[in-house]
Amino acid sequence: MTDGRVLDVQGLQAGYGQVTVLRDVGLYVDPGEVVVVLGANGAGKTTTLRAICQSVWTKGSIRVTGREMRGKDTADVVRAGVAHVPQGRGTFNDLTVLDNLEVGAYVRRDRKNVNADIELWFSIFPRLEQRKYQRAGSLSGGEQQMLAVARALMSRPKLLLLDEPSLGLAPLISQDLFRHFGAINREQGVTMLVVEQNANLAFAIAHRAYVLEAGMVSTSGSAAELREDDAVRRAYLGV
Amino acid sequence: MSGGSTKTQVKAANGGLERGMVALRNVGARRMQTFGGLLAVLVVFSVWAVIDGGSKLLLQRTFDGLNNGFIYSAMALSLVLIYRSTGIINFAQGNMAMFGTFIAYVLIVEQGLSVVAGVIVAMVISAIGAAVIERLFVWPFDPKNHLAITIVTLSWYLIIAALAGIIWAFDPRAFPSPFPTGANDYVSIGGARIRYASLGIWATVLLTLVLVTQLLRRTKIGLAFRAVSSNLDSGRLVGIRIGRVVQLGWALSAAVGTLAGCLIAPSLLLDPNFMSKVLIYSFAAATLGGLDSLGGAVIGGLIIGLVQTMSGGYFKIIGSEFSLASALAVIIVILLVKPSGLFGSRRVERV
Ligand SMILES: Nc1ncnc2c1ncn2[C@@H]1O[C@H](COP(=O)(O)OP(=O)(O)O)[C@@H](O)[C@H]1O
Ligand SMILES: [Mg+2]
Repeated sequence: MTDGRVLDVQGLQAGYGQVTVLRDVGLYVDPGEVVVVLGANGAGKTTTLRAICQSVWTKGSIRVTGREMRGKDTADVVRAGVAHVPQGRGTFNDLTVLDNLEVGAYVRRDRKNVNADIELWFSIFPRLEQRKYQRAGSLSGGEQQMLAVARALMSRPKLLLLDEPSLGLAPLISQDLFRHFGAINREQGVTMLVVEQNANLAFAIAHRAYVLEAGMVSTSGSAAELREDDAVRRAYLGV
Repeated sequence: MSGGSTKTQVKAANGGLERGMVALRNVGARRMQTFGGLLAVLVVFSVWAVIDGGSKLLLQRTFDGLNNGFIYSAMALSLVLIYRSTGIINFAQGNMAMFGTFIAYVLIVEQGLSVVAGVIVAMVISAIGAAVIERLFVWPFDPKNHLAITIVTLSWYLIIAALAGIIWAFDPRAFPSPFPTGANDYVSIGGARIRYASLGIWATVLLTLVLVTQLLRRTKIGLAFRAVSSNLDSGRLVGIRIGRVVQLGWALSAAVGTLAGCLIAPSLLLDPNFMSKVLIYSFAAATLGGLDSLGGAVIGGLIIGLVQTMSGGYFKIIGSEFSLASALAVIIVILLVKPSGLFGSRRVERV
């Protein structure tokens, strides 16, 4: 079972300079799953995703499809099949929408299929196609988030990391976005690890969830279980 | 510089036209304003200048100004390339160009290569040298540690100057022009003269602009270069090896810098300090153009060249001694109106 895991993180410590933010994080993601990470501000959710991508210092074990990533370059983690949509979207604002998608496919060698994929994401997000020659910086927040996701998926990742995709978006736009994520997971079979403050949105598409508190996993389980968990309900579902 | 040519991928039948239209709508209005303002100033000045000294003199000074301008443009291109790949001004750029020009000098005058071959070989050597310097002294630093990298470039500024002084000493040397320079090698337009050598410089700078722009637009490494200069962190997250891109930036800008030096050297004399004044004007040109725009660097260079020549020529109080000051004054005014430069796309670095 362990071998089949897309992501397997064990005993992860991570931080910035002298500061240790993650003290002991263990989590895994199986093929085809959507796993959500909940947690208060400052709990270390963003740091967890950064640790997976090796953009902060780490100790412990981070396996992607069985291969150890700790100590590798970010560029190698991407080549191992991880795509990361960072908090704040991380689009290339000076580049056109089309160039953003092109650069998303940077690590791919099957150039011929890249065009077909661009068409695919344009058909899923028609607003992007209408704006394909515009600078990404000129898009609305929702459009930028779509672009960031499409750009990440252009690498045909084995695992998509999403960091608070709903941040700063109007509720209706967030809902629409999460509907897309659900569909992308079901129809394209994309495996996802989603950090989200809005648990209602996240639980709608998640199979399992982890709750992070002060750099440790405090609770984990299936989405159905956690949705009924009193502490989770009070803290993240606002009931 | 491999990477193959991955042409802009999705190409609708009228993609180019559509793109053009959208681009025009987006930036058209803004640029038109800028150009409109410049044009108005130019018209008023021209009318006055024609009344003051006649149209032939104005034309001649325009050509002279363009000539200086294209020279600044060439060096400004080199500064923009390094700025876009590293986010810093490379203080060693002028001296690297000087050193590259000396290499061309050795190849041409001492080894007997043709001028064109000597310049091209010197450009290649400069590119390799810069890539090695980058790998050894810049690569080890976090690309965001601008202070450390700036200090590295300052060190190289000193090291290269010292090396050149030791190897070639300070007696000025004549550098051959790759273009015809006989007494009759000029064309006459409206009574004013443009020398073939000037036309050669203009054409070379424009060709360089086109080639570098196409490299950045049409190749995979060019796409990576533009991506990294837009967003370094996201560049990492799509799997770009930042070091390679920065290295390409150093190599390209060193090659262009050496070319600039070789274009300038025939009209000055070659010595280890010969680029220092040019560098100031070129830096001004690049700043004026917005620091991250290649086309902006060329236009910036032309404006600086024209302002310098016109102010030195027409306003006797200013004279040639103060033409640098007047060029800088123009920049300050433009930057007050447009803080990101004429064509800059982003807010300029707070160092
Ligand atoms: N670049 C950084 N340098 C130093 N500390 C940081 C940095 N980014 C985040 N932190 C600290 O790490 C802790 C966890 O932050 P983060 O992972 O962003 O939390 P979350 O995403 O769960 O809100 C916070 O205490 C934050 O102050
Ligand atoms: Mg966060």
